[in-house]
Amino acid sequence: MEILVPILTAAVRSGTPILYATLGEILTEKVGVLNLGLEGIMLLGACSGFSVAYFTGNAWLGVGAAFLVGAVMGLLHAILSVTFKGNQVVSGLAITMFGTGASSLLGRTMVGFTIPGLPKVPVPYLSDIPVLGKVLFDHDLLLYGSYVLVLFFCWFYSSTRPGLYLRAVGDNPRAADAMGISVDKNRYLYTMVGAGIVAVGGAYLSVSYTKMWAELMSSGRGWIAVALVIFSIWNPARAVLGAYLFGGVEAFQLRLQAAGTTIPAPILMMLPYVMTIAVLFVIAIRQGKGIIFGAPAALGTPFYREERD
Amino acid sequence: MRGLLKVEPRLSSPWWLGAVITFSSIASALALGGVFLAFMGVSPLEAYAVILRSALGDGYGVSETVVKAIPLTIAGIAVMLAFTMGLWNIGAEGQIFIGAIASAAMVRYFPSESRAVALSSMLAAGLWAAFAGYLKARWNINEIITTLMLTYVAMNLLNYFVYGPWRDPAGLGFPITAPFPDSARLPTLWGTRIHLGIVLAVVLPCVAWVVLRFSRWGYELRVMGENPRAAGFAGMNYTRNVALVMFLSGAIAGIAGMCELSGLQGRLQHGFSGGYGNTAIIVAWLARLNPLAIVLVSFLMGVLLVGGESLQVIMRLPLSSVMVLQGLILFFILGGEFFRKYRIRRVGAAITGDMEREER
Amino acid sequence: MERITKRFAGVTANWAVDFDLRAGEVHALLGENGAGKSTLMNVLYGLYQPDGGRILLSGREQAFSSPRDARAAGIGMVHQHFMLIPSQTVWENMILGHEDLPSILPKKDVRRRILDLSDRYGLAVDPDAKVWQLSVGEQQRVAILQMLFRSARVLILDEPTAVLTPQEARQLFDTIGQMTAEGYGVVFISHKLDEVMAFSQRVTVLRKGRLVATVATEATTKERLAEMMVGEKVVLEIDRPAMAPGRTILECRDLRVLGDRGFPAIRDLSLSVREHEVLGIAGVAGNGQQELCEALVGLRTADRGRVIVDGEDLTNASPRTFIRKKVHYIPADRKGTGLVANMDVKENSILKRYSARPVSKGGFIDWKEVASFARTVVSRFGVNAPSTETPVRNLSGGNLQKLMLGRELSDSPKAVLAMHPTWGLDVAATKFVREQLLAQRERGAAVLLVSEDLDELLSMSDRLAVLCKGELMGVLDAPDRTPVETIGLMMAGTPLAEIEGAEVSA
Repeated sequence: MEILVPILTAAVRSGTPILYATLGEILTEKVGVLNLGLEGIMLLGACSGFSVAYFTGNAWLGVGAAFLVGAVMGLLHAILSVTFKGNQVVSGLAITMFGTGASSLLGRTMVGFTIPGLPKVPVPYLSDIPVLGKVLFDHDLLLYGSYVLVLFFCWFYSSTRPGLYLRAVGDNPRAADAMGISVDKNRYLYTMVGAGIVAVGGAYLSVSYTKMWAELMSSGRGWIAVALVIFSIWNPARAVLGAYLFGGVEAFQLRLQAAGTTIPAPILMMLPYVMTIAVLFVIAIRQGKGIIFGAPAALGTPFYREERD
Repeated sequence: MRGLLKVEPRLSSPWWLGAVITFSSIASALALGGVFLAFMGVSPLEAYAVILRSALGDGYGVSETVVKAIPLTIAGIAVMLAFTMGLWNIGAEGQIFIGAIASAAMVRYFPSESRAVALSSMLAAGLWAAFAGYLKARWNINEIITTLMLTYVAMNLLNYFVYGPWRDPAGLGFPITAPFPDSARLPTLWGTRIHLGIVLAVVLPCVAWVVLRFSRWGYELRVMGENPRAAGFAGMNYTRNVALVMFLSGAIAGIAGMCELSGLQGRLQHGFSGGYGNTAIIVAWLARLNPLAIVLVSFLMGVLLVGGESLQVIMRLPLSSVMVLQGLILFFILGGEFFRKYRIRRVGAAITGDMEREER
Repeated sequence: MERITKRFAGVTANWAVDFDLRAGEVHALLGENGAGKSTLMNVLYGLYQPDGGRILLSGREQAFSSPRDARAAGIGMVHQHFMLIPSQTVWENMILGHEDLPSILPKKDVRRRILDLSDRYGLAVDPDAKVWQLSVGEQQRVAILQMLFRSARVLILDEPTAVLTPQEARQLFDTIGQMTAEGYGVVFISHKLDEVMAFSQRVTVLRKGRLVATVATEATTKERLAEMMVGEKVVLEIDRPAMAPGRTILECRDLRVLGDRGFPAIRDLSLSVREHEVLGIAGVAGNGQQELCEALVGLRTADRGRVIVDGEDLTNASPRTFIRKKVHYIPADRKGTGLVANMDVKENSILKRYSARPVSKGGFIDWKEVASFARTVVSRFGVNAPSTETPVRNLSGGNLQKLMLGRELSDSPKAVLAMHPTWGLDVAATKFVREQLLAQRERGAAVLLVSEDLDELLSMSDRLAVLCKGELMGVLDAPDRTPVETIGLMMAGTPLAEIEGAEVSA
């Protein structure tokens, strides 16, 4: 057991940015908007979060800045996909490109800087639990934030009025509209908040996880999060499982390399990506072809009230 | 009643509207990109001047732009084919890698069979993409994610070879393979770096145009892309075509990788493609999936890429800075698309007025 | 409502229409399909913004910019396609758009109020059921309750009986009667004269988007209303000469088909259609009709059982095989399945014949041939399109249907399966479609007609099969001589054998 603790701890830590990104994307997709720009938003979040943290000396300001930057990207996506009814796949790709380029440009002067990051705050009592305490409750506050967010979303989707409206808009915008729920307002709001949360995932990467900025540092985590949304069947609780699974693979891979394994690094680095495909495959086999339960029915389709069939 | 602005679908859009929107989108993207650069502390005028001068300023610049446009055109045709059928193959970058890896393998292990190089790159990259196609067709697994994940796998596979078994012992430790023998190189033309791949970049779009416009299969492809349900209803085999189109799309991207490798670089190295596969997505989209327009758009994107490299050298900006411009162009094209499909009309006072008139 | 005008891109749906509703009355809004009834009510409900005119409520001018405003003013509407969220429960649907509730949902209160209301108006529902599990009749009750829950005073019902069995419809009008007694104003949209005469106090007739007249129901007759509705005397009676059916063309035996959610949609069904024969399929929407048609043309796999075409076993053969065997299908979902909205008339006209000569030669499509074929279809079937290069998304429902019909029928089919072929069409187009189908019958084709319009089925069918929950309730050999009540009972799930058994014992 004791040997596993460092790996599991690392799994939780490296799974957290993916978890944030997955939670944000679930929110956006539940309201019926497909945002594939996660990779770019995470990079922008990592970059802006790090730079604000570095120049103000306050890591939390960095996290806040990342959220805002993410929300602005979400706004852009909402303008294109909700108001202009553009193709959401292309809009997402555009955000990825823009985010990748802009973060490289913004961050070009900060390569090589480091920051102290966030302090560890062991949770009283809970961190004393053998194994689990160390693995789950001996981290910084930003990581605990993801726990809070998971619990919050589980409750929000099932037991609140805004949560109900959000699902209604994602499942049948025409009906939601006829019931007096504003489709556009909901889509704007949650696309922005969702993208903000994705960016916080990026900020966790630079501000807490590595404590530095590197070009293209998200290395595909945004895309893995997109896959995890499907894996989690749009359920925040299952997203935790998926994110830590991926975090675990990454941690395991790094540890093997550190231990001087003979397996070449690039082969190990393929693991998370191969696993994404494997996970999608397993879901597909379990659910049968073509039927994905839990998917918001109107995902990716723009809504135009006066369209007649 | 007060006058309101109202959005409604256009019944038809005049032919010139598409062109006007495309060009104004690019212009707006460059303008906004300029603002962004200025905000980053980079003089936009200087940056754009660098781009234009290096890419179009002299014969060498133009030839370099053409060199970039070759793989872009070929890869653009590859993704266009998939997009036409409504398949989001966004993993052309990975398929380019695989094509290149397969070529390098052929050159390394069967140096006498230089003519089989193209074939092997097509086959390998085609199968690579067809795997995603199979998952989509048989299991309905989202091809956006699988093609992208396969790109990361391909990238690591390339790294494995150039850092590991294929590393050139004479390469001073750089992650590169030994240079290709001359017999495995495509000839270059007119004393420039333009290579024989240009023939493919001209012929392929024409063939694609004819196939899509006039052939039975092209018609099937367009129906399947527009409405898979109607395609099934018409007796077309969607599943089989998904796999086939993904194979072809990958194979063509693989050829792009092969051309780049044996036409230009001559050896496999880390960071080999430089994002052609991703830029090809913009190319195909900007060209509205028209194969002939892809040639033109590839040239324009070539200008940006050549310019981007000069920005890196002259102004010390990261290579991915041009992605800011690429992203912005896509944004504006998407926004512009709206004005092609919908129009904005003032309702209220005016109409009530002519209603009264008609009533009288 | 005064002088309401509403235009959609290129089409004027309402032109200076006046309409008024009093408290405590049932006001029928009558008109043909496409007359602008639903549009007018959607304007009242705030879903569409009028291009001209104004809305007054108790004398005060209103500006509804969305359904939320209309509902705040006490107006509720039940659409023909219910505005419900299938994946959510009944009680969740009930509180959609209900702004007065706290943000954290008071589940218990909501449930209790639903049960109160459903008791009071005889609208039985289970608050915890998911909407997709409910029958169409139950869903309608949910939709009505949804409006009552928000204390609407004006209730608009869009073609409420279209999806109900005759018995359910009567029950619905009982509920409406009770509501008007309590002072509700009810508008119901219909094109069925009988129910308008039986259940309304006043009638407003629309024709081609314009107001014809508003009259008291007592002061008018069915014939006068029909004339007002159509404008001129159109004889809807169609001539169906008696014909001796020939050999069996299309047949299924013990067929079992799964629906989209993986549950059986068709259970052990055996049917056959012969030459020179129209077999009607009656049933409330969503009882397996679509799955049946799809299985009979190869678009859906049969889980069990067999499909036989002209003596040949084609169970689970490809759709193309069925096309080659000249089995043609006219799907209900025109733009979704039958046509490619973004392609033009010409390209759509060859959807079924692109793969064979003369359209396809050596792997290439002869576009000249296509153009001439498209022109033939357009002129023979009277498709009103600016040109054969017009994208079909810009055509009206009637023209889409004519184009599709033209395409499917110009191949001299052996069997034609038509699903709701006249849905949403005006009288002239309806007549045309029905005549075309009967012409195929005369030519020797076997015709399978699925419809929700009982009148249509009775006037068209030689035999009538009734489906309920994917099971065959029985086949009537002389549908036009069978009492409507019997068909209603069958649609509600009583097998024919049982009804006849009861009659004998009585």
